[in-house]
Amino acid sequence: MQYAILFYETDKEFATRDHDAEGAAYWGAWRSYVDEITASGVVRGGAGLLGPETATTIRLADGRKHVQDGPFAAAKEQLAGFFLIEVPDIDAALAWAAKAPCAPIGVEVRPTLSGM
Amino acid sequence: MRPVEQAVRESFGRLVAILASRGRDLAAAEDALADAVLAALERWPADGVPERPEAWLVAVARRRLVDRVRRSKADATLERSLSILAELLIDEPTDGAAFPDERLRLLFVCAHPAIEETIRAPLMLQAVLGLDAARIAAAFLVPAATMGQRLVRAKAKIRDAGIPFAIPEARELPERVESVLEAIYAAFGSGWDDVSGGSETSGSLAEEAIWLGRVLTRLMPGEAEPLGLLALMLHSEARRPARRDSAGRYVPFSEQETGLWQRAMIAEAEATLARAAALQRPGRFQIEAAIQSAQAGARLTGEPGPEVIALLHEALWIRAPRIGVAVARAVAVADARGAEAGLALLDELPGGPVAAYQPYHAARAEMLARIGRAEEAFAAYAAAIALTGDSAVRDHLADRQRRLLS
Repeated sequence: MQYAILFYETDKEFATRDHDAEGAAYWGAWRSYVDEITASGVVRGGAGLLGPETATTIRLADGRKHVQDGPFAAAKEQLAGFFLIEVPDIDAALAWAAKAPCAPIGVEVRPTLSGM
Repeated sequence: MRPVEQAVRESFGRLVAILASRGRDLAAAEDALADAVLAALERWPADGVPERPEAWLVAVARRRLVDRVRRSKADATLERSLSILAELLIDEPTDGAAFPDERLRLLFVCAHPAIEETIRAPLMLQAVLGLDAARIAAAFLVPAATMGQRLVRAKAKIRDAGIPFAIPEARELPERVESVLEAIYAAFGSGWDDVSGGSETSGSLAEEAIWLGRVLTRLMPGEAEPLGLLALMLHSEARRPARRDSAGRYVPFSEQETGLWQRAMIAEAEATLARAAALQRPGRFQIEAAIQSAQAGARLTGEPGPEVIALLHEALWIRAPRIGVAVARAVAVADARGAEAGLALLDELPGGPVAAYQPYHAARAEMLARIGRAEEAFAAYAAAIALTGDSAVRDHLADRQRRLLS
């Protein structure tokens, strides 16, 4: 089955990305996770995302576009990246999710709609 | 329980487990089996009962499942449908070999961490024992329609999220067994026994929960905690006849007539706990069963004394630091070392979680009454009564409260 694993981070992690000293540990952890999951052959797609301050949200109301600066929902935890993976079952997907550096914050696992 | 009911209960879960393990679709497996049972009711009286009735039912049910998958081929899930179809069409060995018992997998599916915790017990009762939603709803004090919807939603999650019909890996096994045990205990209706009452209505599924417990101990004979849970449930169930007097009034443990206890069941509980202990892998449910065993012994023979029971509660608290255990420990300590010592433990508990917890107020009221702090005891009884759903227990508490005034 195919699953999306959705990584969430807080302002702290997003800020760490540009930090010299702590940034090295942050990127090192993600680098080794991405290397491991990629080498395993389960990855079908995915990307890391720039911070929520770069997000733009659009809503259509009465045929008019309302464009807004910022992410879809104001929450402490924001989407930071995702993978699409092909694994036998949810236990395998959860095992990959648990290995992510942001697992202490939370990783969402969702099956994808098949046939699309 | 009638023999026919027993037979249905025994084979229902086994057949559902076999049917669902291929397609991972619990709801479809149950529907298909129900169809097959209907077909059997039509055909068997005329054609005679087949030589292997279970194999006949599985074959008919599997054809229904295949038809269903074929019909749904047009929708967006083509790829998945085809793989399920391929799995379903793999032939089962039909050369007289018995079906493997797949119920353990089914139990692990129902108690999977991805399934919401409070629906795990209802799922097990339905999938493994074939209980209908209305009966389960009544026991869990939920409207039947609500329970029906929640069961449907949980089964959809099992199918759509890809929850595997598999025995968890060794690394994860203890935690996963724990969640199976928790769900069985929830079906049994935990917390209503001896501490300070609680609802007797949830006890109406006790027999079914004990059945699940027996199934689990047979499927995992080398695991100690399932035996511990079974011993715990048997001990508790053995006292059921003594828990109400002839007028239906609630009788607290210390005043129960021990002659009403079911001695054969207590003996079985003791033997089960001994088997668990022999495996030398202690755990929370074994300690809880040991507490029940000690409490029964104390009433019957005066041994062990209250200090041993308090120590067992302390051991349980270390393994399972939760509010119910904390209150039970305080009660045991009050019995062993005086009400002040028990009260001190209750006062240590954080106010938020205990505010709406009935056993906390009931235990506190008893202890306050014992040391003559009547006014505070009166208020604590009032708080406990307001939180009690069971009218017999409410009457009992109101009676204790009145005695403060005399």
